[in-house]
Amino acid sequence: MKKVLFIFAVFLCLLKFIGCHRESARREIVFWAFGAEGENVKPLIREFSDSTGVKVKLQTIPWTAAHEKLLTAYAAGAMPDICQLGNTWIPEFVALNAVVPLDEFIERSERIDRNFYFPGIWETNILEGKVFGIPWYVDTRVVFYRKDLIRKAGYTNFPKTFDDLLKLSRAIVSGKLAKYAILLPVNEWNIPVLFGLQFGADFLKENNCYGDFSSSEFQEAFDYLLGFYKERLAPVSLTEVSNIYQGFSVGYFAMLITGPWNLGEFRKRLPDSLIKELGVAPIPSICDTSYPGYSLAGGSSLVVFKSASAKAEVFKLIEFLSRPVSQVKFYGLTGDLPARLESWEILLKTEDEALKAFYLQLTKVKPTPKIPEWEQIAMKLQEYLEYAAHEKFTTDETLKRLDSEINMMLEKRRWLLNRCKK
Amino acid sequence: MRDFINRNVAFLFLFPAMGAIFLFFFIPVVASLFMSFTDFDIYSLGDISKVRFVGFKNYIELFKHPLFWKALGNTAYFVFIGGPLSIFVSLMAALLINSKMLKFKSFFRLAYFLPVVTTLVAIAIVWRYVYHPEFGLMNYFLRIFGIKPVDWLGDPRFAMPAIILMAVWKNFGYNMIIFTAGLQNIPGELYEASWIDGANKWKQFIHVTLPLLSPTTLFVSITTMIGYFQLFAEPYVMTQGGPLNSTLSIVLLMYNEGFKWWKMGYSASIAFTLFFIVLIITLIQLKLQKGIKID
Repeated sequence: MKKVLFIFAVFLCLLKFIGCHRESARREIVFWAFGAEGENVKPLIREFSDSTGVKVKLQTIPWTAAHEKLLTAYAAGAMPDICQLGNTWIPEFVALNAVVPLDEFIERSERIDRNFYFPGIWETNILEGKVFGIPWYVDTRVVFYRKDLIRKAGYTNFPKTFDDLLKLSRAIVSGKLAKYAILLPVNEWNIPVLFGLQFGADFLKENNCYGDFSSSEFQEAFDYLLGFYKERLAPVSLTEVSNIYQGFSVGYFAMLITGPWNLGEFRKRLPDSLIKELGVAPIPSICDTSYPGYSLAGGSSLVVFKSASAKAEVFKLIEFLSRPVSQVKFYGLTGDLPARLESWEILLKTEDEALKAFYLQLTKVKPTPKIPEWEQIAMKLQEYLEYAAHEKFTTDETLKRLDSEINMMLEKRRWLLNRCKK
Repeated sequence: MRDFINRNVAFLFLFPAMGAIFLFFFIPVVASLFMSFTDFDIYSLGDISKVRFVGFKNYIELFKHPLFWKALGNTAYFVFIGGPLSIFVSLMAALLINSKMLKFKSFFRLAYFLPVVTTLVAIAIVWRYVYHPEFGLMNYFLRIFGIKPVDWLGDPRFAMPAIILMAVWKNFGYNMIIFTAGLQNIPGELYEASWIDGANKWKQFIHVTLPLLSPTTLFVSITTMIGYFQLFAEPYVMTQGGPLNSTLSIVLLMYNEGFKWWKMGYSASIAFTLFFIVLIITLIQLKLQKGIKID
């Protein structure tokens, strides 16, 4: 038996040895970037290394695996130094105590200041009064539409209010200009949130501790949205449109709410005759005076992890990637919209109508509630939207059920906040 | 000393395997059982003091949650419709392959076994086209017979049957091979004897083939059932549990809660609930099979 124990001990030592071996000295910055951003940031990184002599090890991770990869890396203590983080993920990593506040770096820096950025976007990076990320590129939702179909429906310009949008949609469907007027996928939480933002809904209440989807504001917004499905102005089934580019060009629907990443895709995939008929407009608002309507403050920020050894060097990389020139170059490589206002001055000179619409929209964006549970709440909202669109429950019932599920999810948050008070 | 070595040499050889099983299987299982009584989540990952011992709260919440029952219902649908169907198809295919009249046996064996070894993601992509509401092969056949096209993966009523059909097609080859082995073990004399007694093909099948195949059938039905209870990859790649959660399985629910939302405690309680369900049903199956043998 002793022998067995001895071998077991040797085995454990071996494991320990293998485990420690990883900690070989590293003097370079480890940078994780996702998907297309990771692929395309390489030339910029090379430029940075050449000018400063700081080595950067870039790792590209597919978007679909990014979140899981970051969490498992955190659990295993193998975080990078700097990482791109979708700005709705920041609250989660702040709760994990994995990222560092950047205020003192920003104070000392001449290249980064909050006034250089869109206020709604900058806001997404602030938690408990501290800045945790520097916006890298931005993302929001706007309306893409077919100019030719809208002209045929009797509109020269895209509607500026939701009531007009509804009228236009009815005109498109009743005039048989397209099978459906607008694509509002029931499996995207952005859509109900966008409608909610216009009606002034807060989504959560009491310091984000309880769901507030049964508020009168959100109910009104939700009913407005459901109206599009009920009148068959928007398709309810998801498989009906398996390819949005094809659906758009054959006139299956005339409008859709989507983001900047699709601009390049549409221009690439639409037949030549339709490219000039592709219009981009900001989200309409409830009344004329408040145009444009609110949209989502999305995009990615650059964050520095607590485990990073040379934080000053890492911040230099952030500064480098935040230069207006770098951002314009990055836009050219990926089509990701720059976060800095100065970069936009350069971009808007190109007279691209779509870019103007994006710019106008970005001046009016709002962050979603900044709590780690938000993503989960958003998925629940999506789930219930699907039920409501299929008319399984009434609006009132749907939102009550949704709130009660959300209240259960937030139980831990309430407990933690209570504990802090004590 | 020699005595000691003789007695313990078995341990020595067993140790690497046992050690690995202990380290990578027993410890995690015990840890997750413990975890299922806590509310381990994203907050606890950052700061372990934020974990609470909650007793049976996870289980109670789980049983109260309509989504769990929905997932359980879907899984049961898949197991009790898809399971027997898949075993039936496997048996039929095995009988055909084993038939003396068949030429190119090994070709057919290979052809039927091919889906089993093909990666599911590749299969799923092809089947998504097969199920496409407008251009799919499935609706093409339906149209030939004058049946209105069906939105296979988009309609909550048809999504699960569509998944079952795909799973049966992908998996029947494996059980077919096992059945073929079982069939080859049945001595030819028995068929000859029954033939002399005047039994026709059908009676031979009922009175010779089926009873002698029962150990194989038991094995196949238990492994198939356990495998089917763990339905995950098919809905994960084809539908992500939708539409309207009509293809959400227990394991997919567990995956979402655990790895998407990092609610490890809650997700562990789902895992153990599934474990007990499978255990109970396996015991029932064993008991039933014993009962049949006595008759």
